Amino acid sequence: MKIGIIRFPGSNCEVDCLEAWRVAGQDPVMIWHQETSVKGFDLIVLPGGFSYGDYLRTGAIARFSPVMDDVVTFAKSGGLVWGICNGFQILTECGLLPGALLRNAGMHFVCSPQYLRVERNDLAFTNKYQEGQIIQIPVNHGEGNYTIDDEGLAGLKANNQIVFRYVTSEGEATEKGSPNGSRENIAGIVNEQGNVLGMMPHPERVVEELIGGVDGKDMFLSILEHWERRTQRGA
Amino acid sequence: MEPKVWREMGLTDEEYLKIKKLMGREPNFLEVGIFSVMWSEHCSYKTSKPVLKKFPTEGPQVLQGPGENAGIVDIGDNLAVVFKMESHNHPSAIEPYQGAATGVGGILRDVFTMGARPAAVLDALRFGPLEEGNNKYLLSGVVGGIGGYGNSIGIPTVGGDVYFHPCYSGNPLVNAMAVGFLEHRHIAKGIASGVGNPVMVVGARTGRDGIHGATFASVELSEESESKRSAVQVGDPFMEKLLMEACLELIQADALVGIQDMGAAGLTSSSSEMAGRGNSGIEMDLSLVPRRETGMTPYEIMLSESQERMLVVPKAGREKEVEEVLTRWGLEATVVGRVTDDGMLRLLEEGKVVAEIPVKALTDEAPVYHRPSQEPAYYQEAKNISLEGFALKDSVEKVFLALLGNPTIASKEWVYRQYDHQVGTNTAVVPGSDAGVLRVRGTKKGIAMTTDCNSRYVYLDPYIGGALAVVEAAQNIACTGARPLAITDCLNFGNPEKPEIFWQFEQACAGVAEACRVLGTPVTGGNVSLYNETPGLAVFPTPMIGMVGLLDDINQVLGNQIKTGGESIYLLGELEGELAGSEYLAMFENMEAGALPELDLTKIKERIDFLLALNKAGLLTAAHDISEGGLAVALAEMTVTCGAKVSVDAKDRLRALFGERLGRIILAASQESAARIEILAAQSGMPLHYLGISCGESLTVQVNGSICLDISLNQYRPVFERAIRNIMNSGQ
Amino acid sequence: MLKANVTVTLKKSILDPQGSAVEKALKSMKYPVESVRIGKFMEVTLAETDKAKAEEMMHEICHKLLSNPVIEDYFFELEG
Repeated sequence: MKIGIIRFPGSNCEVDCLEAWRVAGQDPVMIWHQETSVKGFDLIVLPGGFSYGDYLRTGAIARFSPVMDDVVTFAKSGGLVWGICNGFQILTECGLLPGALLRNAGMHFVCSPQYLRVERNDLAFTNKYQEGQIIQIPVNHGEGNYTIDDEGLAGLKANNQIVFRYVTSEGEATEKGSPNGSRENIAGIVNEQGNVLGMMPHPERVVEELIGGVDGKDMFLSILEHWERRTQRGA
Repeated sequence: MEPKVWREMGLTDEEYLKIKKLMGREPNFLEVGIFSVMWSEHCSYKTSKPVLKKFPTEGPQVLQGPGENAGIVDIGDNLAVVFKMESHNHPSAIEPYQGAATGVGGILRDVFTMGARPAAVLDALRFGPLEEGNNKYLLSGVVGGIGGYGNSIGIPTVGGDVYFHPCYSGNPLVNAMAVGFLEHRHIAKGIASGVGNPVMVVGARTGRDGIHGATFASVELSEESESKRSAVQVGDPFMEKLLMEACLELIQADALVGIQDMGAAGLTSSSSEMAGRGNSGIEMDLSLVPRRETGMTPYEIMLSESQERMLVVPKAGREKEVEEVLTRWGLEATVVGRVTDDGMLRLLEEGKVVAEIPVKALTDEAPVYHRPSQEPAYYQEAKNISLEGFALKDSVEKVFLALLGNPTIASKEWVYRQYDHQVGTNTAVVPGSDAGVLRVRGTKKGIAMTTDCNSRYVYLDPYIGGALAVVEAAQNIACTGARPLAITDCLNFGNPEKPEIFWQFEQACAGVAEACRVLGTPVTGGNVSLYNETPGLAVFPTPMIGMVGLLDDINQVLGNQIKTGGESIYLLGELEGELAGSEYLAMFENMEAGALPELDLTKIKERIDFLLALNKAGLLTAAHDISEGGLAVALAEMTVTCGAKVSVDAKDRLRALFGERLGRIILAASQESAARIEILAAQSGMPLHYLGISCGESLTVQVNGSICLDISLNQYRPVFERAIRNIMNSGQ
Repeated sequence: MLKANVTVTLKKSILDPQGSAVEKALKSMKYPVESVRIGKFMEVTLAETDKAKAEEMMHEICHKLLSNPVIEDYFFELEG
């Protein structure tokens, strides 16, 4: 599988994503933000970090980097795009995903293990999970408070676009289960077509027992499986 | 020149005369300014040098000892660990967020200028009690600043420690430590050599920030310093990230002769220190230095402490390459001068010489002071107070809960949740355990790291307390299964011109030195922060120890929590602690007194070795050292996920449960390993006491046959975990 | 040279955690405060000298980069 990880000057989870893909047996390439084409890739990853310092708004400047034009074209033609943390923030800024990410309700940066409920497993990104499965994936952000207006929320629900919700250890999507006050405990969403996913939690941090667990590994394996199935069908 | 001029810059009249003699003429304003920062305590160690000389600095593992930007120790496989700790106390007292942030930025630069990619940050913090509003503000700002910088640049904060004590009200300690990894062949140095080689300023532009920061770090805080806010710099983690990537790229391409961070005293210290180490000279035209503001004088350019800048000497003919790499990362690189062989620091402005000083006069000729030292009156007084008659003040349960809820002991979750401790995906032991542990990618190895210092012990007995700071660090490292390797230190003391303070300094350093010798952990560098005083009060002597250790097999890493029922729990060491200097005594008797237990470093070393041998044989499941709050608190910390039933065969409930004495460690092992552990202990004459077994959802403790504590996890866990959060979230 | 003073604030409908924290603090200090909203203030010095053109350009800049229309409102004044 040909995986590209976009590297903005202030990205800081790009190597973690690369290493996680290596655990899953793949060898992605880094794409410098000054490149102008992402042609030929099967998946584009927008990693976590602080793309351009994020002093104005998270993701606001990354959106205008040379590479993003082609990422948008790639996404619109059905290519798989996966934004994690800052990647999610960039995806909302450039309009590939609805809504926006605001400062955490508690005002503090939060780095912590977090329970999530998998709301959809019929996607390229989540087919290895069970629907309703509770998994533990850490969050690490200061601005992960997902916000969307009523109309937008209705749209997300009508199109079944909510993929992950923050929950308590008992699996309840209550205020207590949320690290950042996001609307309806939303932790991750897809676009209507299901090929662009944005999420605040960091699955690349939980792919090995030694460093905190393996609950994130199935996302990598899901994408691989999806790609293999599609390649076989194509062949 | 008016005496007022040099006096305001912090130079004494004698120092001025010495400068005049060294120069053979009257120095001009700029030259006096340069001397004043290079001869400040921060840069010259003029007061501390005679004392620091006594530290052991050598060992087979030491690749770079004190004197460079950071120390380096070998970990085999041609790999090395680079680490260093530095204080940013005064800037943090005045502007906590930026003070702490730039502290992190500075220590990271020290590590990556050595050629290492920073892998982790630790922060040792000391504040006044949180009940006082201003301390809350300081804690909040400092934690925000550390997180704001470390999280953005993408270096995990994996450990540190936080204590609260009235002596730190108004003068908090903010000591940041950075740890990085590198291959031996990439070691870079802060040296300027090769006549004619260009000298380049790279990174951020120079502005008027932080002028005289180094001098500022060397005076007592007063109300006036509140108004000296211009001496505080503002950090830009994004810029630093770019600078780090660019510098590492240049070092790995072997394009440089030398590189040095422009930290305290900026261009002044970096240029003269690089030339000093290279036995060369440097000539720079200050009008070439890229500036952020207009109309800056040579004095301002030389003394600016603008952050995120480096001074670089490329190999001849490779300045274009330096420029290209920096440009790719969106940064500037400008040739401002060249290396000479005349041993002079020569500064020009538009071709005209504005200062000319022999480099060695700045770096080697700084005065050295042998300050008078005198044992303070409190020392014998506190030591002679008998604590013998003291008995438990309240029920065991009440004391237990009160200690767990004491912010110094309570979980620091509120703090470390604000730090990214996992970026890099190498963190095998996250904050909250005895030490942080990182795996070394591409090998089976792990590196453990910690910061420690109980300053109440140091106050009561600077020699023993200094040694105990090293002991505690070593125990914390060993409790992860790692072998202690070496230390860096941050020596935070009051005004050394007071003989009692200087006595504390001498004694504490002697204790640190002795412990390092016996435990085999040489000092590889560090920093000295003196004048930590607010009117009328010096901080407790606080020789902060930052230690690293090596795990040969990361798969054998130990945590400090017992995860499952049915495990045997042992105490390695004495059954009873002492009340002297204990948290109990401070909390319940409002006393900080007593004679600390006698120190036997060899015995402690043997216990550490024994613990490591047990773990190497795969016999342990968890280990935790007993420190503040004694055995009961250590047990509580170990059993937050699974309860335990233990029995202590000691006469004195108070001293058994809440007494303190370093050199004691709790071990947990599966029942299959238990017999083997007991045999090994008997063979090697180790004081090993069986305490009990992990089980259920409560902690039950028996002393001398009678149950004195029986409490459910659900009752004590929230007290421990939420204490700091509750205080921080309560009204303004 | 023209200077644009730009204010960006969160839309009224969007929760402003910074603003509510300051609001709470002021109320606890017993100031008769109704509400606090926190925003950003930016000074943009323009190379453009034509006021009408500058105005049009500033709307574009604000819309494109300085604010996120999903959550924020902007407002600016031209000076000089």
